[in-house]
Amino acid sequence: MAIIDSPAIKERSTVNMIMFTVILGLLPALFLQIGFFGYQILGNLFFGIGFALFLEAVCLKLRNYPIRPFILDGSAFVTAWLLIISVPANIPIWTLLIGIFFSIVVAKHAYGGIGSNPFNPAMIGYAVLLISFPKIMTNWPISDGFEIRNFIQFSQFFSIANINEAYDAIVSATPLDQIKTSLFLGKEVNALPISLSTLSSYQMIAILYFLGGIFLVYKKVITWHLPLSLILSIYIFSGLLHLYDQNTYMSPLFHLLNGATFLAAFFIITDPVSSPTTLKGKIIFGILIGLITVIIRNYGGYPDGIAFAVIFMNICVPLIEKFTQPKVFGYE
Amino acid sequence: MIKEQIKDGLWKQNAGLVQLLGLCPTLAVTVNITNGVALGVATIFVMMLSNISISPIRNYVPESARVPIFILVIAGLVTIVDLSINALSKPLYDALGIFIPLIVTNCIVLARVEAFASKNSTLPSLYDGFFMGLGLTFVLIILGAVREIVGNGTLFQNVHFLIGDKYEFLTIQLFDSSDGFLLAALPPGAFIALSALILFLNLVNQKR
Repeated sequence: MAIIDSPAIKERSTVNMIMFTVILGLLPALFLQIGFFGYQILGNLFFGIGFALFLEAVCLKLRNYPIRPFILDGSAFVTAWLLIISVPANIPIWTLLIGIFFSIVVAKHAYGGIGSNPFNPAMIGYAVLLISFPKIMTNWPISDGFEIRNFIQFSQFFSIANINEAYDAIVSATPLDQIKTSLFLGKEVNALPISLSTLSSYQMIAILYFLGGIFLVYKKVITWHLPLSLILSIYIFSGLLHLYDQNTYMSPLFHLLNGATFLAAFFIITDPVSSPTTLKGKIIFGILIGLITVIIRNYGGYPDGIAFAVIFMNICVPLIEKFTQPKVFGYE
Repeated sequence: MIKEQIKDGLWKQNAGLVQLLGLCPTLAVTVNITNGVALGVATIFVMMLSNISISPIRNYVPESARVPIFILVIAGLVTIVDLSINALSKPLYDALGIFIPLIVTNCIVLARVEAFASKNSTLPSLYDGFFMGLGLTFVLIILGAVREIVGNGTLFQNVHFLIGDKYEFLTIQLFDSSDGFLLAALPPGAFIALSALILFLNLVNQKR
């Protein structure tokens, strides 16, 4: 007879399961993204994730780790996925691969692999691409609304001739970027080039990120502390600015629905490796990321500052954890 | 005797890659080869001159006051180099900016004076200064070349600042600079390129 130690009932919650649930939470938004921005994003996912897994295997081999269990844990898969949905859908594939390289090799394995990386790998890849290729990274394809044919066309992506087509696509800046430029040129909020009353494609995708995030909280993959503190922080700080001057600062709701607010709140800053583990620490982490994001969005040079805010706060995590250690019961 | 200094300066004790001294100018100015060569040559001059100035007086310098005295000598020599570059090539002087005067604070100069010239006779000190500087110059050139090609798509940019206007044709444009990998031209790129060089050096040393 086999003798089992307690607990007798074990939950089958592994890294693998967590990553699978995260992907499940991201799927609805991906569906909408393909509809709005074209099939190319599927090709990006195919090649980007393939390259990420290949690099992961090479790094594990070089570091004498078993390849199979670490590849199957899905962390490289999710990192690549997060990076790909953050960049414009029409990004040239070689640019994307550079970002993947920095995510997996530099940000993750050079720092000791999963569990040891101080920075969020996907955000490092994104930041490298954003500061290196600003022209490519700020031009999103123009969406004519949700189109079913984008799903039928995706097989075209695998013909080599189409890879260079990306340059010919009609592109524009994201709403956050357009508004930043207009406000910088001295225009007022009510004279902006985009319509604020109807939901843009970016905002619909953001709402799906929000719903996917709620699903993750419901599934207990993440706790509510990090997302809520970031969302409230962005809402309050941008709200204060908006109250101060309604003509030059966008409404807090605009800041929530544009840029990467919901994506970051539920899927990026909740990375268990690079975010604080203490409860108070999580709340401080979320609030400060929100504050830095609002500052960069309103006063900085880049349209959205979440990636930089996350990376900056990642360095502060050891400090935050040091000052938020809960008292051990029985000690003074 | 001189063999020892060549080996130490260029490989075993390389200022940029092994001792990791003088990182500030190494990382800050190496956006192209021209800057790397110019700063490297300036550093070679300062190191040779400071080593041969300190070595003869090493027995008269009081132990407790040696660092201020060394720095004073180095500062005087750097001022000479600074004014010379200003006189010879104004554009280069503007491109290098504050980093020429900052050679004074470059740890490698003081480190060699302290570790070598204050303990050895004049001729070996001269060799030491030259080859240590040469080792650093090689690192600056490689870093400059890599960052220039990857970040900006050029090679030998601004080379005419160094050797005269008629050599401007030497600048090679490999691809449009707006397609460059900007990170390489920015400070983090310098760190990454330097760490790649150190990786290469360690690999070669390991193979031996």
